[in-house]
Amino acid sequence: MHNHIIQKYPKNDRSNLIALLQDIQEIYGYLPEEAIKDISEHLNIPVSSVYGVATFYNQFRLTPLGKNVIRVCRGTACHVKNSANLLLALETELGITAGKTTRDKLFTLETVACIGACSIAPVININDEYYGRITVKEIPKIINKYRREATVKSKQEQTESVE
Amino acid sequence: MKSFIEKCCEQCWHSAETPCEQFIACCVDGPLCHKDEKCQEKFKQLNSVLKYSEHDIPLIFIGMGTCGLASGADKVKKAIEEELSKNNLKAKIIPTGCIGYCAKEPIVDIKLPGKDRISYCEIFPKDVHELIKTTLIDGNVYKKKLLGTYGKGTDSIPNINEIPFFKRQLKVVLENCGVINPTSIDEYISAGGFKALDKSLRLLTPETVIRTVKESGLRGRGGAGFLTGLKWELAYKKESDTKYIICNADEGDPGAFMDRSVLESDPFRVIEGMIIGAYAIGASYGYIYCRAEYPLAIERLQNAIDKCKEYGLLGKNILNSDFDFELKIKKGAGAFVCGEETALIASIEGKRGMPRPRPPYPVEAGLWGKPTVINNVETFANIPPIINRGQEWFSSIGTKSSKGTKVFALSGKVVNGGLVEVPMGITLREVVFDIGGGIPNDKKFKAIQIGGPSGGCLPESVLDTEVDYESLKEVGAMMGSGGFVVMDEDTCMVDVAKFFLTFIQNESCGKCVPCREGTKRMLEIIERIPVRYGNNGNKIEQLQRFKGIIHLQRLADVIKDTSLCGLGQSAPNPVLSGLRYFREEYEEHLFERKCKAKVCKELLTYEIDPELCNGCAVCLRNCSADAIIGEKKQPHQIIQIKCTKCGMCFESCRFEAVKVY
Repeated sequence: MHNHIIQKYPKNDRSNLIALLQDIQEIYGYLPEEAIKDISEHLNIPVSSVYGVATFYNQFRLTPLGKNVIRVCRGTACHVKNSANLLLALETELGITAGKTTRDKLFTLETVACIGACSIAPVININDEYYGRITVKEIPKIINKYRREATVKSKQEQTESVE
Repeated sequence: MKSFIEKCCEQCWHSAETPCEQFIACCVDGPLCHKDEKCQEKFKQLNSVLKYSEHDIPLIFIGMGTCGLASGADKVKKAIEEELSKNNLKAKIIPTGCIGYCAKEPIVDIKLPGKDRISYCEIFPKDVHELIKTTLIDGNVYKKKLLGTYGKGTDSIPNINEIPFFKRQLKVVLENCGVINPTSIDEYISAGGFKALDKSLRLLTPETVIRTVKESGLRGRGGAGFLTGLKWELAYKKESDTKYIICNADEGDPGAFMDRSVLESDPFRVIEGMIIGAYAIGASYGYIYCRAEYPLAIERLQNAIDKCKEYGLLGKNILNSDFDFELKIKKGAGAFVCGEETALIASIEGKRGMPRPRPPYPVEAGLWGKPTVINNVETFANIPPIINRGQEWFSSIGTKSSKGTKVFALSGKVVNGGLVEVPMGITLREVVFDIGGGIPNDKKFKAIQIGGPSGGCLPESVLDTEVDYESLKEVGAMMGSGGFVVMDEDTCMVDVAKFFLTFIQNESCGKCVPCREGTKRMLEIIERIPVRYGNNGNKIEQLQRFKGIIHLQRLADVIKDTSLCGLGQSAPNPVLSGLRYFREEYEEHLFERKCKAKVCKELLTYEIDPELCNGCAVCLRNCSADAIIGEKKQPHQIIQIKCTKCGMCFESCRFEAVKVY
C-alpha cells in the first residue's frame, strides 16, 4: 500500500525522510512498523535512525488514531482564556487523558502548541472543523454530536450489510 | 487578455523558456518593446480589472485566512452564494487573506460598480440575507455591521484607516493582506509586486542590494534582531560553488500568528524577497521551512511557487538576467526547537532537529556544509518595499537602533485582537489601549506577555516603554517573534510561569544538560508552589518548597548562561520577569496560600451558598469525586476533604450558587 509512495522519492537521499514519513502518516494515520522498515531500506539508513526521527517530532504517531481527532489548543492566548479547563472537561467527558484514544476508537484527544487562531481563543479543532470561543458547558453537546453521527453511521452500515 | 502571461500580440515573446527582461515593467505600463495602441489598451484594461477599479457586476470579498475560516467564513460564503442564486443576482466572490482585524471576523467587503469598496464585519450566515438585500438589491450601506470604506470617509461611513484599530498602524508588510486575492499572481503584479525584483535584477548589482538593505537598518524579525544586510554580506563574501537561502516559517511560538497571516494573505511578497536575497548573496537554491500545522499557508505557498515558475520568475535565467533560482517548501513536523537556525538546518537534512554549537555560523557552514542565509518570513516581506522606496525611507521610520515597522499578534484579554503593524518606537500602552481597545468586561489590566516562551510578562508600570529590540530587552522581555498576549486580573502569574515552563520542557530537544534537566527542575519548583499543604502538612514537603524557591533565581541564571541554543538561554525569562515584577504574587501564593486570580485550583476552596442553591443536583451529578451531598430541592453541600478542586460544580451551576475563595 505504501510502496508507490516510497518509490516517488529518490533512493539513498536522507533529506526526504521527514516528507516521506509525513506522506506515510497521511495514508495510515500513523506510522506502521512495516513502513518504517521499508523506508529505512529505501533510504539506506538504519531503522533506528528512522525511528529516532519519527519519535523526535511531535507530528508523528506510532499508534493508530480514533475516528475523530480532537485537538485542544494550548497556546498562550487560549491558556489565559482557560483552555486548561476545556482540556479537563474533555478528559472527563471522554474518560481518557490527552494523547490517548478512547476504547471504542471513536475519539483521540490531543493537545497542540498553537493553532494560530488566537483571536477566537479558546479554540478546539475536531477533524477539520474549528470551534472558537467555546466554554466548558458546550463540551458535552459537541461531543454528543459526533457520538450521534457515529451511531447513525454504524446503523446504516449494519442495514447495508443485512441487505 | 486575461492574465499577464498571455501575449498581447505576436510581438510579445516572454515565457519561462524565453524570458524577457522587461516583463514586469511591461505588465504595469503596457507593451514596452513595440508601440501599438491596441496592445496598450489591453494592458490598461487588464490592470484596471485586476485593481478592481473597473467591473460591471458587484464584487464580494471574503476574508478567508485561517482565523476567518475558524470564525465561519466558508459558511458565510456558502450562504452568500445561495442568497445570490435565490435572488438571481450576479456577483463575483473573491476570497482574500486576512486584513488583521481578527476579532471582527468574518469580514465581508462589497464593491458595487462605480462605488467604493465597503467593509462589513461580523457577518454570520444569518446576516447574509439582510446584507445582500441592503447592498446589492437596494444599493444602500448596511449600517448595522459597517466597518468602513476604502474610499473617502464621511461622517456616517468612516474610512477604514481612520477607525481606531487601524488609525495608529502603519502598513508596510501587511499592505496587501486582505486586500488582494492571495492566489492570483496577476493581482500581485498589478498592485506593484515584483517591481523590486525587476529593479534588482536589471539595475542593481548584488553589492548595491546588500548595501541598500544594510543601510536601511533592517534587523531580523525572527526575534534575535541581527542586521539582515550584514548577514547577507557575510554570506556574499564567503566563496562557494553552492549557497542556500532559507525562509524560516516555523512559527512555533504559542500566541504568534503573523507569519502565517503573511504567508496566507500575501505569499508572493515573501517569495519576491527571497529571490532578491538569493540574487544578492548568489544562492541558487532556496527552501521555505513551514510548519505542517499551517496547511493553508503551505497550499498557498505551493500555488505561488507554481505560478512564479509559470511566469518565469523562478527557475533558470530569471527575467533574462542569467540568474537561476530554485525554491522548494519543506514541511516541519511539529518541533518548536526547529525555529532555531542550526536545528532547522538539521531538520531540512532529514535529521532530528537538534541545534549544534555555533560558530561556525550558518553563513559559513550551513545546509550540507554550504554557506546559508536564514531569514524570517517578515524579514523577507520587508525587502521589496526597501528596494522600491530606498533605504532612507525605511530608516526614517522607527527608533535609533530599530528601524521600520513590526507586526504583532495581539491576543488574549483585549477587545480588538488581531494583527497589528506599528512603527518601531510606539509605546506598549498605545498598542494595548489605543489599537487594542483595552481590556474587555471592565477588568483591570495586569500584564502583557511579549515574545512567547522566550519573552516575559510586563506590568502596567513599564507600559510606556517604546517598542524596540533594546528597550524591550532592558525591561526583561524580548521582541521574539512578536506575540502580544494581554492578561487581566483573572490571570495568575505563577500559573503563566508554569505554563511556559511546561511548554519549554516539552519542547527541549534534550541535547544539552542545562536545558533538559534545568528546566525540569525549575518546573518542579514552580509546580510545588500552588500545591495544597494537606491536613497533616508534610514538613519535608514544605521544606523542599522553600529550598526550591531560594535556588530558583540561581538555577535560572545557570540555565541562561550555559544552554546551547536560544531555546534554553531564554527559557528562564518568563520566570525571571515574573519574579521581577510580580514578586508579591509569588509571595502571596507561598505565605498566604492564596491565589487572587482564582486559577491555582489546589489553593481554592469551593463552597455552596445555601441561600442561592435550589437543589437542582446538577453539581452533584457532575462531581467526579462524589464530594457533594444533599437532598433533592434542598441546598447541597461540599465535603471539603473529598473535594479535588476540579471546578466542575462551579462551571456547571446555573444559579451561581457555588462560590470560590
